[in-house]
Amino acid sequence: MSGPSRSATGEETIPFTFDGTTYHARPGDTLAAALLANGIGLVGRSFKYHRPRGIMTAGIEEPNALVTVGTGGRAEPNTRATDVFVYPGMVAKSQNRWPSLSFDVASIFGLAAPALGAGFYYKTFFGPAKHWMRYEGFIRRAAGLGNAPTEPDPDNFSQRAGFCDVLVVGSGPAGLKAALEAAEAGSRVMLVEQDAEPGGSLLRDPDSAIDPAAIIARIKALGGEVLLRTTASGYWDHNFLTLTQRLVEPGAVPPHGFAQRLWHVRAGRVVLATGLIERPVPFANNDHPGVMLSQAVRSYVRRWGVLPGNRVVIATNNDDAYVTAQALVEAGAEVVALLDARASGPAAPSGVTVYHDARPASVTGRKHALRKVTAVVGGSEQSFHADLMAVSGGFVPVAHLHMQAGGKLTWNEEAQAFIPGETPQACETIGAGLAPPPAPAVPPAGKAKKSFVDFQNDVSLADIDLAWQEGYRSVEHLKRYTTLGMATDQGKTSNMVALSRLAEKQGVTVPEAGLTTFRPPFTPVTMGLLAGAGARNAGAHVRRIPLHALHEAHEPIWQPLGYWFRPRAYPLGGESLQQAALREARTVRTIAGLSDVSTLGKFEVSGPDAARLLEIVCATTVGKLAIGRGRYTFMCREDGFVNDDGTVWRLAENRYLLTSSTGGADRMAHLISYVRNSLWPDLKCSVVNVQEHYAGIALAGPRARSILAALIGAESPRHMGYAPGTLAGVPVHVLAASYSGERAFEIHVEASHAAEVWRAIEVSTRAEGGAPYGLEAMELLRIEKGHVVVGGEVDGRSTPHDLGLGGMLNKAGGFIGAAGLTRPALSDPNRNNLVGLVSLDGPIPEGGMLIQRAGQSPQGHVTAAARRILDGGAIALALVQGGHKRHGEELIVTSPTRGEKARVRVTSPHFYDPAGERYRD
Amino acid sequence: MYQITCPHCGPRAQTEFTYERTTDSVVDPAGDASTAMQALYTRANPMGLDDEIWRHTYGCRAWMVLTRHRVTHEIHAVKAIGPEALP
Repeated sequence: MSGPSRSATGEETIPFTFDGTTYHARPGDTLAAALLANGIGLVGRSFKYHRPRGIMTAGIEEPNALVTVGTGGRAEPNTRATDVFVYPGMVAKSQNRWPSLSFDVASIFGLAAPALGAGFYYKTFFGPAKHWMRYEGFIRRAAGLGNAPTEPDPDNFSQRAGFCDVLVVGSGPAGLKAALEAAEAGSRVMLVEQDAEPGGSLLRDPDSAIDPAAIIARIKALGGEVLLRTTASGYWDHNFLTLTQRLVEPGAVPPHGFAQRLWHVRAGRVVLATGLIERPVPFANNDHPGVMLSQAVRSYVRRWGVLPGNRVVIATNNDDAYVTAQALVEAGAEVVALLDARASGPAAPSGVTVYHDARPASVTGRKHALRKVTAVVGGSEQSFHADLMAVSGGFVPVAHLHMQAGGKLTWNEEAQAFIPGETPQACETIGAGLAPPPAPAVPPAGKAKKSFVDFQNDVSLADIDLAWQEGYRSVEHLKRYTTLGMATDQGKTSNMVALSRLAEKQGVTVPEAGLTTFRPPFTPVTMGLLAGAGARNAGAHVRRIPLHALHEAHEPIWQPLGYWFRPRAYPLGGESLQQAALREARTVRTIAGLSDVSTLGKFEVSGPDAARLLEIVCATTVGKLAIGRGRYTFMCREDGFVNDDGTVWRLAENRYLLTSSTGGADRMAHLISYVRNSLWPDLKCSVVNVQEHYAGIALAGPRARSILAALIGAESPRHMGYAPGTLAGVPVHVLAASYSGERAFEIHVEASHAAEVWRAIEVSTRAEGGAPYGLEAMELLRIEKGHVVVGGEVDGRSTPHDLGLGGMLNKAGGFIGAAGLTRPALSDPNRNNLVGLVSLDGPIPEGGMLIQRAGQSPQGHVTAAARRILDGGAIALALVQGGHKRHGEELIVTSPTRGEKARVRVTSPHFYDPAGERYRD
Repeated sequence: MYQITCPHCGPRAQTEFTYERTTDSVVDPAGDASTAMQALYTRANPMGLDDEIWRHTYGCRAWMVLTRHRVTHEIHAVKAIGPEALP
């Protein structure tokens, strides 16, 4: 028998499928262990060259054995077969092969290899575009790993916060000891282990003096938290770590609906007991199924009772591989040769022939295993028949979290490895990671072309040499040019091998050659976990305006606005949105309408310095307002551009109400708070954000004044006047402000009584032939009136002068933006100015660009397009270069995306009642 | 994610706070344009300690000045500002 097998039969009780064939695994098997136990060595095809690949490791560092696990929306592509535990019914599939894993067209014809060497993308993109066009289709078919599922993930993902005094990462001997000591000292302890079983290296090299299960039980008894199947994937500032916990294995149906949990942990102290990762050895065809890391071989033999091969060649530069030889011999395998690159080594197990000064040069293989190993022993070549090769090129401390924490690394020449050094955070590394076994540098003996370094991205020694030859000297350039270390394994097995080669080329030491940065996450994290409970709209809470239920009875078309929903239109009897909006707007122009404006930003400012505060925030005067009067106002950013607009009202001697736009309300609240508390803390005033305290109802139209007067039993206030009143028995603020261009009032009422007030106004308005109107009608009304909207004409690039508001600026200055506005460029008459457009033919395309003639660069754009409410005919608001001086000029509006065009004449933006005669007194 | 010790609430996660600006980029609304533009666009940005204005927006909403190290992110001091901090 040859090739991988189970060394003794046992309880193979768990059925699973791999590429459609059913196999059986033992409890505790990883998919990799189960595949090897079933004689499967070929597991996938490589990223670029479609080379056959097997299982190289027994842990999360696996670069080759990537599979898709699960079906439908639950499928997880690029799952490491070494990092998934088999469960009943598990469905696993190999990747990047066509039509099948063993018969792959791209690999059989060697289609990929000549074309896709290092720097292929660089060269193609720098070359003529047609080259890329020629290769693109081929590359998109040939290169790749697993496919992302197209269906939605049916599972939920949970998030949890954790706090502890000591967080221990890794449950090997050092981690167990540290966690137990901390727990016994009374600390709150969290112990995190990415494996399903605690023990770390003890699972491979048991120690009768250490019983992981007993220690875990003791830590739990002392109140510690032990999280298995949990990876510390990110180490951030101030000892904040993100842990990713698998509640079920990839692709499995979670019993409680939750597949994974993301932990946000703040730790007092962090102990990193993350151990070592073994380095592979570069030689020709070192990527063939049957070439495996030495410690991985030992894991399969001792932990899982799997023999990855029967005739084994071991290649090493350190003592640890001798332990693997011992394990293999004990399990009944034949160790054909132990190739030690060093001149001497420890005593070998009996029956094992050691060759010193021996380095592997190449292997040949069959589908699931090796056939022959060729080595350079002394000065001559020697071949061995073997089905498995266990290699060890030394060890690399898992310093990822240490580096994410901002830690430094120190070079250990004996081990040819970077060791965790100082760190700016409360964090220390302990255990094997601090003391990797000595392992001298060994020059590769095989042909560079097929000596792979980064297995997952198909980067060989020859690619590194080519990058060097082409002038990519820095490790950062090398990485980007060859894509080394940029695959889903982030170079866990490849970075140090590549770095050694680069250092050798440069004739410098490894630390002089440099090291790339390790960034989170340590192992791949699924998007669903990051989205967590925020998926499916759950991240943004829905706020309901006080009258939400009342509107709902009218079955309006809703529109999201800020955090809320507001009625966009109230269609009647099969009306379209446009038909309903036009009818509602006509009702406002001819009779009266009422609308919900509750979402407006509202701030009550009181105190002797209230006007001073408002004159810092607002760019217009405020202090001159008489009691019971209000005005339009706008706010600028410090650079002078318009930020928001609204109205300000003087309710009493030292009491004002400021309104602002819905979308900008949070921004305005923050700005006012900044001015009040940080910029000018000694002002004697108080600011209360009353945005949701009051509901707002706009009543607009020629009959609004009489409707309101009857409801409040008093004369309605005149335009821009304020009056307190009682409506339907409820106290209200009445503000006479017009956005629609008609006589209009805003009635603000305490939110809990809004429904009574709305109903009373609605009954009276309907009695006159009026109706409620929504945002779409409001848009038609304001465009016709030429009023700007924040987010439309106020787009963060328009100044008060651009919008025709320059005349309203507070001449005394002292407001936010006053200094910025003194810059001449901000009042340059050739800036984009607000204008109106009247169509000379068809409808004006929304968002269209303005040009004088075909082929010319745009001179502005349409910000809002509409039609006249009563007369018909298309109109629009636009921002046009030097527009204030161009009234009367003819331009073309063109929208290439809509394929629409219109001839227009530039006019004033005030299409309707420019003198305001309809609401002035 | 930082842990910021709010002078009013104690240690809290950074997600509860809003960064406003450094103290050297505060613009005096009554000042002249060149000083204002300098504050906005040419800040010191030291590779070391800097004073920053933050707000505990999703907590007590109070304002404070953090003395923070821009390389290590260590927060050396947090000082309450605003009306609460006035003598």
